[in-house]
Amino acid sequence: MRHSLPLCFAAMLAACAAPATIGERPEVTTGDLDRITAVLKRDFHERGQAKMDRIELDAVQRLCNLHSDNPPEALAKPLEQAQFKAIPFPEGNLIGDWKRGERVAQSGRGSMWSDKPGVQDGGSCYNCHQLSPREPAHGTLGPSLAGFGKLRGTSAEMQKYAYGRIYNSKAYNVCSQMPRLGHAGTLNEQQIKDLVGLLLDPASPVNQ
Amino acid sequence: MTFKLGLVLALAAAPALAQQSPYAEYQRMALENAPVELFELGGEELWKKRQGPKNASLERCDLGQGPGVLKGAYAGLPRHFADTDRVMDLEARLLHCMTTLQGRSRQEATKRVFGNADRPSEMEYLSAYVARQSNGMKIAPGRTHPKEQEAYDLGRKLFFHRAGAWDFSCASCHGEEGKRIRMSDLPVLSNPQFARPLMATWPAYRVSTSSFVTLQWRMNDCYRQMRMPEPTFGSDTTIALIAYMMATAAGEPYRGPAIKR
Repeated sequence: MRHSLPLCFAAMLAACAAPATIGERPEVTTGDLDRITAVLKRDFHERGQAKMDRIELDAVQRLCNLHSDNPPEALAKPLEQAQFKAIPFPEGNLIGDWKRGERVAQSGRGSMWSDKPGVQDGGSCYNCHQLSPREPAHGTLGPSLAGFGKLRGTSAEMQKYAYGRIYNSKAYNVCSQMPRLGHAGTLNEQQIKDLVGLLLDPASPVNQ
Repeated sequence: MTFKLGLVLALAAAPALAQQSPYAEYQRMALENAPVELFELGGEELWKKRQGPKNASLERCDLGQGPGVLKGAYAGLPRHFADTDRVMDLEARLLHCMTTLQGRSRQEATKRVFGNADRPSEMEYLSAYVARQSNGMKIAPGRTHPKEQEAYDLGRKLFFHRAGAWDFSCASCHGEEGKRIRMSDLPVLSNPQFARPLMATWPAYRVSTSSFVTLQWRMNDCYRQMRMPEPTFGSDTTIALIAYMMATAAGEPYRGPAIKR
Protein backbone atom coordinates (compact mmCIF):
# COMPACT_ATOMS: atom_id res chain seq x y z
CA MET A 1 0.00 0.00 0.00
CA ARG A 2 2.97 2.25 0.54
CA HIS A 3 3.61 2.18 -3.20
CA SER A 4 0.17 3.44 -4.09
CA LEU A 5 0.40 6.68 -2.11
CA PRO A 6 2.24 8.74 -4.74
CA LEU A 7 -0.06 7.29 -7.39
CA CYS A 8 -3.06 8.33 -5.36
CA PHE A 9 -1.70 11.83 -5.09
CA ALA A 10 -1.08 11.97 -8.84
CA ALA A 11 -4.62 10.74 -9.46
CA MET A 12 -5.99 13.49 -7.22
CA LEU A 13 -4.04 16.14 -9.11
CA ALA A 14 -5.26 14.76 -12.43
CA ALA A 15 -8.80 14.81 -11.12
CA CYS A 16 -8.45 18.50 -10.26
CA ALA A 17 -7.18 19.34 -13.74
CA ALA A 18 -9.79 17.34 -15.65
CA PRO A 19 -12.98 16.40 -13.82
CA ALA A 20 -14.44 12.93 -14.45
CA THR A 21 -11.47 11.65 -16.43
CA ILE A 22 -12.55 8.79 -18.65
CA GLY A 23 -9.87 6.46 -17.32
CA GLU A 24 -10.49 6.87 -13.60
CA ARG A 25 -11.33 3.80 -11.61
CA PRO A 26 -15.00 4.19 -10.70
CA GLU A 27 -16.25 4.04 -7.13
CA VAL A 28 -18.21 0.85 -6.57
CA THR A 29 -20.67 -0.06 -3.84
CA THR A 30 -21.46 -3.51 -2.44
CA GLY A 31 -24.61 -3.31 -4.59
CA ASP A 32 -22.43 -2.78 -7.68
CA LEU A 33 -20.30 -5.79 -6.77
CA ASP A 34 -23.38 -8.00 -6.35
CA ARG A 35 -24.75 -6.77 -9.67
CA ILE A 36 -21.45 -7.35 -11.49
CA THR A 37 -21.15 -10.83 -9.98
CA ALA A 38 -24.70 -11.63 -11.16
CA VAL A 39 -23.85 -10.40 -14.68
CA LEU A 40 -20.70 -12.52 -14.76
CA LYS A 41 -22.63 -15.58 -13.56
CA ARG A 42 -25.08 -15.08 -16.40
CA ASP A 43 -22.43 -14.36 -19.08
CA PHE A 44 -19.74 -16.93 -18.24
CA HIS A 45 -19.66 -20.71 -18.29
CA GLU A 46 -17.27 -23.24 -16.82
CA ARG A 47 -14.59 -24.65 -19.05
CA GLY A 48 -12.01 -27.26 -18.06
CA GLN A 49 -10.69 -26.60 -14.60
CA ALA A 50 -12.02 -23.00 -14.61
CA LYS A 51 -15.29 -23.55 -12.75
CA MET A 52 -17.94 -20.95 -12.04
CA ASP A 53 -17.00 -20.68 -8.36
CA ARG A 54 -14.16 -18.44 -9.56
CA ILE A 55 -16.73 -15.71 -10.21
CA GLU A 56 -17.59 -15.45 -6.50
CA LEU A 57 -15.64 -12.78 -4.63
CA ASP A 58 -13.86 -13.68 -1.44
CA ALA A 59 -13.27 -11.19 1.41
CA VAL A 60 -9.98 -9.96 -0.09
CA GLN A 61 -11.35 -9.33 -3.58
CA ARG A 62 -14.45 -7.68 -2.13
CA LEU A 63 -12.46 -5.29 0.07
CA CYS A 64 -9.99 -4.37 -2.70
CA ASN A 65 -12.75 -3.78 -5.24
CA LEU A 66 -14.67 -1.59 -2.79
CA HIS A 67 -11.64 0.54 -1.93
CA SER A 68 -9.85 0.76 -5.31
CA ASP A 69 -7.02 -1.41 -3.91
CA ASN A 70 -6.37 1.05 -1.10
CA PRO A 71 -8.55 0.05 1.89
CA PRO A 72 -8.29 1.72 5.29
CA GLU A 73 -5.69 0.15 7.57
CA ALA A 74 -8.34 -0.87 10.11
CA LEU A 75 -9.98 -3.13 7.51
CA ALA A 76 -6.82 -4.25 5.73
CA LYS A 77 -4.83 -5.45 8.77
CA PRO A 78 -7.29 -8.03 10.18
CA LEU A 79 -7.78 -9.50 6.70
CA GLU A 80 -4.02 -9.71 6.11
CA GLN A 81 -3.69 -11.49 9.46
CA ALA A 82 -6.45 -13.96 8.57
CA GLN A 83 -4.77 -14.69 5.22
CA PHE A 84 -1.44 -15.18 7.01
CA LYS A 85 -2.92 -17.61 9.56
CA ALA A 86 -4.23 -19.78 6.72
CA ILE A 87 -0.78 -20.31 5.17
CA PRO A 88 0.33 -23.91 5.89
CA PHE A 89 4.04 -23.26 6.48
CA PRO A 90 6.05 -26.50 6.16
CA GLU A 91 8.49 -27.45 8.93
CA GLY A 92 12.25 -27.24 8.48
CA ASN A 93 14.35 -25.95 5.61
CA LEU A 94 12.29 -24.22 2.90
CA ILE A 95 15.08 -23.78 0.35
CA GLY A 96 14.32 -26.19 -2.48
CA ASP A 97 16.08 -26.89 -5.77
CA TRP A 98 16.69 -23.59 -7.59
CA LYS A 99 17.02 -25.39 -10.96
CA ARG A 100 13.51 -26.77 -10.67
CA GLY A 101 12.46 -23.37 -9.29
CA GLU A 102 13.77 -21.69 -12.45
CA ARG A 103 11.51 -23.94 -14.56
CA VAL A 104 8.52 -23.10 -12.37
CA ALA A 105 9.36 -19.38 -12.66
CA GLN A 106 9.63 -19.63 -16.47
CA SER A 107 6.33 -21.42 -17.02
CA GLY A 108 3.32 -19.21 -17.66
CA ARG A 109 0.90 -22.13 -17.54
CA GLY A 110 -1.37 -23.17 -14.70
CA SER A 111 -4.98 -22.71 -13.58
CA MET A 112 -6.22 -21.69 -17.06
CA TRP A 113 -9.10 -23.52 -18.70
CA SER A 114 -6.60 -24.63 -21.36
CA ASP A 115 -4.31 -26.28 -18.77
CA LYS A 116 -4.68 -29.78 -17.36
CA PRO A 117 -4.90 -29.39 -13.59
CA GLY A 118 -1.66 -30.27 -11.84
CA VAL A 119 0.29 -30.74 -15.07
CA GLN A 120 3.19 -28.41 -15.99
CA ASP A 121 1.84 -25.66 -13.76
CA GLY A 122 4.10 -22.69 -13.34
CA GLY A 123 4.30 -19.52 -11.34
CA SER A 124 4.43 -17.10 -14.31
CA CYS A 125 7.13 -15.30 -12.27
CA TYR A 126 9.07 -13.95 -15.26
CA ASN A 127 5.85 -12.52 -16.69
CA CYS A 128 6.12 -9.75 -14.08
CA HIS A 129 9.50 -9.96 -12.33
CA GLN A 130 13.17 -9.79 -13.22
CA LEU A 131 14.90 -12.77 -11.58
CA SER A 132 17.90 -14.43 -13.21
CA PRO A 133 20.10 -12.02 -15.19
CA ARG A 134 20.31 -14.81 -17.82
CA GLU A 135 16.68 -14.14 -18.71
CA PRO A 136 16.33 -10.74 -20.38
CA ALA A 137 12.69 -11.37 -21.43
CA HIS A 138 11.12 -10.52 -18.10
CA GLY A 139 8.09 -8.40 -17.34
CA THR A 140 8.03 -5.25 -15.24
CA LEU A 141 4.62 -5.34 -13.51
CA GLY A 142 6.28 -6.49 -10.27
CA PRO A 143 9.52 -5.32 -8.66
CA SER A 144 12.86 -6.75 -9.78
CA LEU A 145 13.90 -9.73 -7.64
CA ALA A 146 17.45 -9.87 -9.01
CA GLY A 147 19.87 -10.39 -6.13
CA PHE A 148 16.97 -11.15 -3.76
CA GLY A 149 18.87 -13.61 -1.50
CA LYS A 150 22.18 -11.81 -1.82
CA LEU A 151 20.59 -8.74 -0.27
CA ARG A 152 18.55 -10.56 2.36
CA GLY A 153 20.41 -13.72 3.37
CA THR A 154 19.00 -17.20 3.98
CA SER A 155 17.77 -17.00 7.58
CA ALA A 156 14.79 -19.13 8.65
CA GLU A 157 12.81 -15.91 8.91
CA MET A 158 13.65 -14.91 5.34
CA GLN A 159 12.79 -18.42 4.06
CA LYS A 160 9.42 -18.16 5.77
CA TYR A 161 8.82 -14.70 4.33
CA ALA A 162 9.66 -15.82 0.77
CA TYR A 163 7.51 -18.95 1.10
CA GLY A 164 4.58 -17.03 2.55
CA ARG A 165 4.81 -14.22 0.03
CA ILE A 166 4.59 -16.71 -2.85
CA TYR A 167 1.89 -18.81 -1.18
CA ASN A 168 -0.30 -15.80 -0.42
CA SER A 169 0.94 -12.31 -1.21
CA LYS A 170 -2.26 -10.85 0.25
CA ALA A 171 -1.12 -11.91 3.74
CA TYR A 172 1.50 -9.14 3.49
CA ASN A 173 -0.32 -6.53 1.42
CA VAL A 174 -4.01 -7.26 1.15
CA CYS A 175 -4.48 -5.70 -2.31
CA SER A 176 -1.17 -6.85 -3.75
CA GLN A 177 -1.43 -7.38 -7.52
CA MET A 178 0.38 -10.71 -7.20
CA PRO A 179 -1.71 -13.90 -7.43
CA ARG A 180 -2.00 -16.06 -4.29
CA LEU A 181 -0.17 -18.91 -5.99
CA GLY A 182 -0.40 -21.45 -3.16
CA HIS A 183 -3.78 -20.34 -1.84
CA ALA A 184 -5.23 -20.52 -5.38
CA GLY A 185 -3.93 -24.08 -5.78
CA THR A 186 -1.70 -23.21 -8.73
CA LEU A 187 1.57 -24.19 -7.03
CA ASN A 188 2.15 -27.00 -4.53
CA GLU A 189 4.47 -27.04 -1.53
CA GLN A 190 7.47 -28.45 -3.40
CA GLN A 191 7.16 -25.94 -6.24
CA ILE A 192 7.04 -23.05 -3.79
CA LYS A 193 10.09 -24.42 -1.92
CA ASP A 194 11.91 -24.63 -5.26
CA LEU A 195 11.01 -21.00 -5.95
CA VAL A 196 12.31 -20.07 -2.49
CA GLY A 197 15.50 -21.83 -3.56
CA LEU A 198 15.61 -19.76 -6.75
CA LEU A 199 15.26 -16.59 -4.66
CA LEU A 200 17.54 -17.41 -1.74
CA ASP A 201 20.10 -20.10 -2.66
CA PRO A 202 23.52 -18.42 -3.01
CA ALA A 203 24.13 -20.71 -6.02
CA SER A 204 20.96 -19.55 -7.80
CA PRO A 205 21.51 -17.33 -10.86
CA VAL A 206 19.24 -14.80 -9.15
CA ASN A 207 22.07 -14.16 -6.67
CA GLN A 208 24.98 -14.05 -9.10
CA MET B 1 -11.73 -0.51 -53.56
CA THR B 2 -10.84 2.17 -51.03
CA PHE B 3 -8.84 -0.35 -49.06
CA LYS B 4 -6.68 -1.08 -52.06
CA LEU B 5 -5.99 2.60 -52.43
CA GLY B 6 -5.06 2.76 -48.74
CA LEU B 7 -2.65 -0.11 -49.16
CA VAL B 8 -1.05 1.49 -52.19
CA LEU B 9 -0.64 4.78 -50.35
CA ALA B 10 0.87 3.03 -47.32
CA LEU B 11 3.31 1.17 -49.55
CA ALA B 12 4.19 4.34 -51.44
CA ALA B 13 5.05 6.00 -48.14
CA ALA B 14 7.07 3.01 -46.97
CA PRO B 15 10.44 3.68 -48.69
CA ALA B 16 10.68 6.99 -46.82
CA LEU B 17 10.05 5.13 -43.56
CA ALA B 18 12.61 2.48 -44.44
CA GLN B 19 15.38 5.06 -44.37
CA GLN B 20 14.59 5.89 -40.75
CA SER B 21 15.27 2.57 -39.03
CA PRO B 22 15.60 -1.17 -39.65
CA TYR B 23 12.31 -1.59 -37.80
CA ALA B 24 10.51 0.57 -40.36
CA GLU B 25 11.82 -1.75 -43.06
CA TYR B 26 10.47 -4.73 -41.10
CA GLN B 27 7.10 -2.98 -40.83
CA ARG B 28 7.07 -2.30 -44.54
CA MET B 29 7.82 -5.94 -45.33
CA ALA B 30 5.19 -7.17 -42.90
CA LEU B 31 2.65 -4.83 -44.45
CA GLU B 32 3.55 -6.01 -47.90
CA ASN B 33 3.31 -9.68 -47.06
CA ALA B 34 0.52 -9.95 -44.52
CA PRO B 35 -2.62 -11.42 -46.01
CA VAL B 36 -5.10 -8.94 -44.54
CA GLU B 37 -6.54 -8.30 -47.98
CA LEU B 38 -7.20 -12.00 -48.45
CA PHE B 39 -9.31 -11.99 -45.28
CA GLU B 40 -11.25 -9.01 -46.57
CA LEU B 41 -11.90 -10.74 -49.88
CA GLY B 42 -12.87 -13.96 -48.12
CA GLY B 43 -15.25 -11.95 -45.95
CA GLU B 44 -16.84 -10.30 -48.95
CA GLU B 45 -17.50 -13.70 -50.46
CA LEU B 46 -19.14 -14.92 -47.22
CA TRP B 47 -21.17 -11.72 -46.92
CA LYS B 48 -22.69 -12.37 -50.34
CA LYS B 49 -22.97 -16.14 -50.04
CA ARG B 50 -26.45 -17.60 -49.68
CA GLN B 51 -26.56 -20.06 -46.83
CA GLY B 52 -28.65 -21.40 -43.95
CA PRO B 53 -32.24 -22.73 -43.98
CA LYS B 54 -33.42 -19.49 -45.59
CA ASN B 55 -30.74 -19.70 -48.30
CA ALA B 56 -30.04 -16.02 -47.83
CA SER B 57 -26.93 -13.84 -47.85
CA LEU B 58 -26.01 -11.26 -45.21
CA GLU B 59 -26.34 -8.42 -47.71
CA ARG B 60 -29.43 -7.02 -45.94
CA CYS B 61 -27.78 -7.18 -42.52
CA ASP B 62 -28.21 -3.92 -40.59
CA LEU B 63 -25.00 -3.10 -38.75
CA GLY B 64 -26.35 0.20 -37.47
CA GLN B 65 -26.24 2.37 -40.58
CA GLY B 66 -29.22 0.71 -42.30
CA PRO B 67 -29.67 -2.66 -44.04
CA GLY B 68 -26.64 -3.51 -46.13
CA VAL B 69 -24.77 -0.28 -45.35
CA LEU B 70 -21.17 -1.15 -44.55
CA LYS B 71 -19.44 2.20 -44.88
CA GLY B 72 -18.64 3.48 -41.37
CA ALA B 73 -20.63 0.69 -39.72
CA TYR B 74 -17.74 -0.76 -37.73
CA ALA B 75 -16.55 2.64 -36.46
CA GLY B 76 -20.03 3.22 -35.01
CA LEU B 77 -20.10 0.01 -32.97
CA PRO B 78 -20.99 -1.11 -30.37
CA ARG B 79 -24.39 0.61 -30.43
CA HIS B 80 -27.97 0.02 -29.40
CA PHE B 81 -30.24 -1.78 -31.86
CA ALA B 82 -33.97 -1.19 -31.55
CA ASP B 83 -34.94 -4.59 -33.02
CA THR B 84 -33.16 -6.49 -30.24
CA ASP B 85 -33.23 -3.67 -27.65
CA ARG B 86 -29.61 -4.58 -26.95
CA VAL B 87 -26.21 -2.96 -27.30
CA MET B 88 -24.29 -5.09 -29.79
CA ASP B 89 -20.77 -5.20 -31.15
CA LEU B 90 -19.87 -6.27 -34.68
CA GLU B 91 -19.65 -9.96 -33.92
CA ALA B 92 -22.86 -10.15 -31.88
CA ARG B 93 -24.64 -8.30 -34.68
CA LEU B 94 -23.25 -10.60 -37.38
CA LEU B 95 -24.46 -13.55 -35.31
CA HIS B 96 -27.88 -11.90 -35.06
CA CYS B 97 -28.03 -11.56 -38.86
CA MET B 98 -26.98 -15.18 -39.34
CA THR B 99 -29.85 -16.34 -37.14
CA THR B 100 -32.51 -13.93 -38.45
CA LEU B 101 -31.67 -13.46 -42.16
CA GLN B 102 -30.18 -16.87 -42.82
CA GLY B 103 -32.31 -18.80 -40.31
CA ARG B 104 -29.30 -20.52 -38.77
CA SER B 105 -29.33 -21.71 -35.17
CA ARG B 106 -27.23 -19.85 -32.66
CA GLN B 107 -25.57 -23.13 -31.76
CA GLU B 108 -24.53 -23.86 -35.34
CA ALA B 109 -23.41 -20.30 -36.05
CA THR B 110 -21.21 -20.13 -32.91
CA LYS B 111 -19.80 -23.64 -33.16
CA ARG B 112 -16.43 -22.35 -34.29
CA VAL B 113 -16.15 -18.58 -33.87
CA PHE B 114 -12.37 -18.50 -33.30
CA GLY B 115 -10.30 -20.07 -36.04
CA ASN B 116 -6.60 -20.74 -36.43
CA ALA B 117 -3.84 -20.36 -39.00
CA ASP B 118 -4.99 -23.39 -40.99
CA ARG B 119 -8.66 -22.63 -40.91
CA PRO B 120 -9.89 -19.13 -40.06
CA SER B 121 -13.48 -18.74 -38.92
CA GLU B 122 -16.39 -17.26 -40.81
CA MET B 123 -16.62 -14.55 -38.12
CA GLU B 124 -12.97 -13.57 -38.69
CA TYR B 125 -13.38 -13.26 -42.45
CA LEU B 126 -16.56 -11.23 -42.07
CA SER B 127 -15.01 -8.99 -39.40
CA ALA B 128 -12.12 -8.17 -41.73
CA TYR B 129 -14.48 -7.30 -44.58
CA VAL B 130 -16.81 -5.12 -42.53
CA ALA B 131 -14.11 -3.37 -40.49
CA ARG B 132 -12.13 -2.36 -43.60
CA GLN B 133 -15.04 -0.25 -44.74
CA SER B 134 -14.61 2.02 -41.74
CA ASN B 135 -10.96 2.65 -42.53
CA GLY B 136 -10.19 6.35 -42.13
CA MET B 137 -13.43 7.06 -40.26
CA LYS B 138 -13.54 8.26 -36.69
CA ILE B 139 -14.32 5.76 -33.94
CA ALA B 140 -17.74 6.78 -32.59
CA PRO B 141 -19.61 4.06 -30.68
CA GLY B 142 -23.13 4.84 -29.47
CA ARG B 143 -23.16 6.90 -26.27
CA THR B 144 -26.60 8.48 -26.14
CA HIS B 145 -29.16 5.68 -25.63
CA PRO B 146 -29.66 4.75 -21.95
CA LYS B 147 -28.61 1.17 -22.70
CA GLU B 148 -25.44 2.44 -24.38
CA GLN B 149 -24.67 4.47 -21.27
CA GLU B 150 -25.43 1.40 -19.16
CA ALA B 151 -23.05 -0.74 -21.24
CA TYR B 152 -20.32 1.90 -20.94
CA ASP B 153 -20.74 2.11 -17.16
CA LEU B 154 -20.74 -1.67 -16.79
CA GLY B 155 -17.67 -1.98 -19.02
CA ARG B 156 -15.82 0.63 -17.01
CA LYS B 157 -16.59 -1.16 -13.75
CA LEU B 158 -15.73 -4.56 -15.23
CA PHE B 159 -12.39 -3.21 -16.41
CA PHE B 160 -11.36 -2.66 -12.78
CA HIS B 161 -13.24 -5.60 -11.24
CA ARG B 162 -10.85 -8.06 -9.58
CA ALA B 163 -12.04 -11.66 -9.49
CA GLY B 164 -11.05 -15.20 -10.39
CA ALA B 165 -8.42 -17.62 -9.15
CA TRP B 166 -5.64 -15.05 -9.53
CA ASP B 167 -7.52 -11.92 -8.34
CA PHE B 168 -6.99 -10.16 -11.68
CA SER B 169 -8.89 -7.34 -13.35
CA CYS B 170 -8.16 -5.92 -16.82
CA ALA B 171 -6.36 -3.10 -15.00
CA SER B 172 -3.97 -5.57 -13.33
CA CYS B 173 -2.10 -5.63 -16.62
CA HIS B 174 -3.52 -2.60 -18.45
CA GLY B 175 -3.63 -0.10 -15.60
CA GLU B 176 -0.15 1.34 -15.23
CA GLU B 177 1.98 3.15 -17.78
CA GLY B 178 5.21 1.73 -19.14
CA LYS B 179 4.75 -1.86 -17.92
CA ARG B 180 5.40 -5.12 -19.73
CA ILE B 181 4.53 -8.81 -19.51
CA ARG B 182 7.74 -10.51 -20.61
CA MET B 183 8.68 -8.32 -23.60
CA SER B 184 5.14 -7.24 -24.51
CA ASP B 185 4.22 -3.64 -23.81
CA LEU B 186 0.91 -3.24 -22.00
CA PRO B 187 -1.26 -0.33 -23.14
CA VAL B 188 -3.28 1.41 -20.42
CA LEU B 189 -6.65 0.92 -22.03
CA SER B 190 -8.52 3.18 -19.62
CA ASN B 191 -6.43 6.09 -20.89
CA PRO B 192 -7.45 7.62 -24.26
CA GLN B 193 -3.82 8.33 -25.08
CA PHE B 194 -3.16 4.58 -25.26
CA ALA B 195 -6.64 3.27 -26.06
CA ARG B 196 -6.95 5.40 -29.20
CA PRO B 197 -4.03 4.02 -31.23
CA LEU B 198 -4.71 0.48 -30.05
CA MET B 199 -8.45 0.23 -30.62
CA ALA B 200 -7.99 1.82 -34.06
CA THR B 201 -6.21 -1.33 -35.22
CA TRP B 202 -8.59 -4.15 -34.17
CA PRO B 203 -9.51 -6.60 -35.63
CA ALA B 204 -6.09 -7.53 -36.96
CA TYR B 205 -3.87 -10.08 -38.61
CA ARG B 206 -1.43 -11.46 -36.06
CA VAL B 207 1.93 -12.36 -37.57
CA SER B 208 3.08 -14.47 -34.59
CA THR B 209 0.16 -16.89 -34.94
CA SER B 210 -0.56 -16.36 -38.66
CA SER B 211 -4.18 -15.80 -37.79
CA PHE B 212 -6.81 -13.10 -37.91
CA VAL B 213 -8.00 -12.01 -34.47
CA THR B 214 -11.14 -10.16 -33.41
CA LEU B 215 -12.12 -8.23 -30.29
CA GLN B 216 -14.37 -11.07 -29.09
CA TRP B 217 -11.33 -13.34 -29.29
CA ARG B 218 -9.27 -10.77 -27.37
CA MET B 219 -11.83 -10.63 -24.53
CA ASN B 220 -11.99 -14.43 -24.46
CA ASP B 221 -8.25 -14.92 -24.34
CA CYS B 222 -7.66 -12.24 -21.72
CA TYR B 223 -10.20 -13.91 -19.41
CA ARG B 224 -8.48 -17.25 -20.05
CA GLN B 225 -5.20 -15.78 -18.89
CA MET B 226 -6.95 -14.08 -15.97
CA ARG B 227 -7.83 -17.61 -14.79
CA MET B 228 -11.54 -16.90 -15.07
CA PRO B 229 -14.22 -19.21 -16.53
CA GLU B 230 -15.04 -18.59 -20.21
CA PRO B 231 -17.10 -15.59 -21.28
CA THR B 232 -19.89 -16.56 -23.66
CA PHE B 233 -19.41 -15.29 -27.23
CA GLY B 234 -21.22 -12.01 -27.76
CA SER B 235 -22.36 -11.80 -24.12
CA ASP B 236 -23.22 -8.46 -22.52
CA THR B 237 -20.02 -8.61 -20.46
CA THR B 238 -17.78 -8.79 -23.52
CA ILE B 239 -19.79 -6.14 -25.36
CA ALA B 240 -19.74 -3.78 -22.34
CA LEU B 241 -15.94 -4.02 -22.18
CA ILE B 242 -15.61 -3.41 -25.92
CA ALA B 243 -18.06 -0.48 -25.65
CA TYR B 244 -16.02 1.04 -22.82
CA MET B 245 -12.72 0.69 -24.67
CA MET B 246 -14.10 1.93 -27.99
CA ALA B 247 -15.64 4.93 -26.19
CA THR B 248 -12.25 5.59 -24.58
CA ALA B 249 -10.76 5.55 -28.07
CA ALA B 250 -13.54 7.73 -29.58
CA GLY B 251 -12.44 10.28 -32.15
CA GLU B 252 -9.47 8.28 -33.39
CA PRO B 253 -9.54 7.55 -37.13
CA TYR B 254 -9.95 3.81 -37.60
CA ARG B 255 -6.88 2.30 -39.27
CA GLY B 256 -7.69 -1.40 -39.42
CA PRO B 257 -7.76 -4.20 -40.03
CA ALA B 258 -4.12 -3.89 -39.04
CA ILE B 259 -1.15 -6.17 -38.70
CA LYS B 260 0.10 -7.12 -35.25
CA ARG B 261 3.29 -8.69 -34.01
